[in-house]
Amino acid sequence: MAIQTIEKTAKSIVLTVQDYSLFAWRAFTNLYRPPIYWPDFLVQADIIGFGSISIVVLTGLSTGGVLALQSAATLSAFGATAVTGQFVSLTMIRELGPILTGVMVSGRNASSMASELGSMVVTEQIDAMRALGVDPLRKLVTPRIAATITMLFFLTIVSDACGIAGGGLVTVFMNHQNGTQYLNMAWEHLRYPDIIQGLVKPLFFGYILSSIGCFYGMRTTGGTQGVGRSTIQAVVWASVLIIFVDFLLTQVLLTLFPPL
Amino acid sequence: MNETGAYPQPDQEQAPVADAGPVVVFSNVSIAFDGPPVLDDVSFSIAPGETRVLLGPAGVGKSVLLKLVNGLLRPDQGSILLFGEEISHMPEQQLFPLRTRVGMVFQEGALFDSLTVRDNVAYQLIQEQVPDAEINQRVRDALRFVELEETFDLYPASLSGGMRRRVAIARALIRTPELLLYDSPTGGLDPLTSTTIIELIVKERDVSHTPSLMVTHRLQDAFILCNHRFDPEQGRMVPLPKGETDPATTFLMLENGRLIFDGTLHELVKSKNPFVREFLE
Repeated sequence: MAIQTIEKTAKSIVLTVQDYSLFAWRAFTNLYRPPIYWPDFLVQADIIGFGSISIVVLTGLSTGGVLALQSAATLSAFGATAVTGQFVSLTMIRELGPILTGVMVSGRNASSMASELGSMVVTEQIDAMRALGVDPLRKLVTPRIAATITMLFFLTIVSDACGIAGGGLVTVFMNHQNGTQYLNMAWEHLRYPDIIQGLVKPLFFGYILSSIGCFYGMRTTGGTQGVGRSTIQAVVWASVLIIFVDFLLTQVLLTLFPPL
Repeated sequence: MNETGAYPQPDQEQAPVADAGPVVVFSNVSIAFDGPPVLDDVSFSIAPGETRVLLGPAGVGKSVLLKLVNGLLRPDQGSILLFGEEISHMPEQQLFPLRTRVGMVFQEGALFDSLTVRDNVAYQLIQEQVPDAEINQRVRDALRFVELEETFDLYPASLSGGMRRRVAIARALIRTPELLLYDSPTGGLDPLTSTTIIELIVKERDVSHTPSLMVTHRLQDAFILCNHRFDPEQGRMVPLPKGETDPATTFLMLENGRLIFDGTLHELVKSKNPFVREFLE
């Protein structure tokens, strides 16, 4: 009995991975094949991008502030509080900006995609769309993925900028250090590879969070309860995958752009 | 709507003249979902101009059968011909153009919540980038056919259940389909609204002669469909003379996934099959 349960679970996991791979591949190839629904892309870009600005700004400011507080406390032991700017900017741009933006946007938008598409599935709207001769993958999924990848890229830049600004505010008003020195250190030690690292990641994170959100939404079963289940699974798996892929990407990018 | 009460057929989209072959052919179709078969070895066909009523209690696979007709589901075994093309293994991308020739009315209407009635009815036309003026005209014609012209700018949330079904019928008709599929169009509606919906189906059957498959578990709807005709002069449905039935309307009945009856109303009421007898009584 136990072996049967293990076998069933294993098969279910393999099947889910297979379904997701096929779904993600089709959604990806649709990005380059007409018809491309530009109005849907713009609507989603507005919902995902502009709708997420407030949480990204607040997260960025707070994270930058915390980084400045924590680093100043540690660095002062070595008389190196002057490098706070460098520490905050490198950490924000290379790591925390992309990953925090990815996780925050996934909490907001992967859940929204899963619940919206899931509701459409259980009310037969997806079947109605197919019956009307329109491919839901092209009409609903591809614009969401394209909009998320595009907007997460810009949201990450906003988050990085807010993080550095938050660190600067804490440095000046709470740690009572020189603001010009903070900005000089933040700017001068920044290299192009750092920026490339920070801007490559949101492209992957955007793809992961939107494809996972849409995937769980589109395979919803079991009525309204199923919609809730899909939403939870979408947020959990999108967040976990973003953190896991961040680890892999960091390893690859550090190999490509070794630190000086 | 023209003087006969028919839903107007745009010149450029006249349905092709039906050939002698059936519109839909099911041959030994079976399908299962993680359990016993939902449909088991089902075979039947729909001829041009024919209206078939699929009867059976809830949960016998009626909606599944309807979704198999236009490829929304794939059978595990057997073959399905739609307009002469084998669709049981056809790739989804090739099915989309075929589905635009079929109008489908879903159980709860399945209208898109975020779109107005106008955009719901015009959904296919908008995708085909038909000019706005033509869209508005054709949507008004379709809404006039279901007597809901005043709902043009409303959202589905503000419509009653019966109105939603009628909008769904307008959406199914706007592109003058060559086959109509109705999934329990009167399910959950009061008797008066149900009769309004059946009247629309009779009107479409008698005026446009579009072949159709209607799924229902309500015998009274099936009998009204068979015993009435649409009178274009009076602009309403009237009963056929006593003892007469519509010759183009025939019945199918499912029991536990198996097709146990295929024939006319007369044959249905004379059937000795215990399940048919129980269902009728």
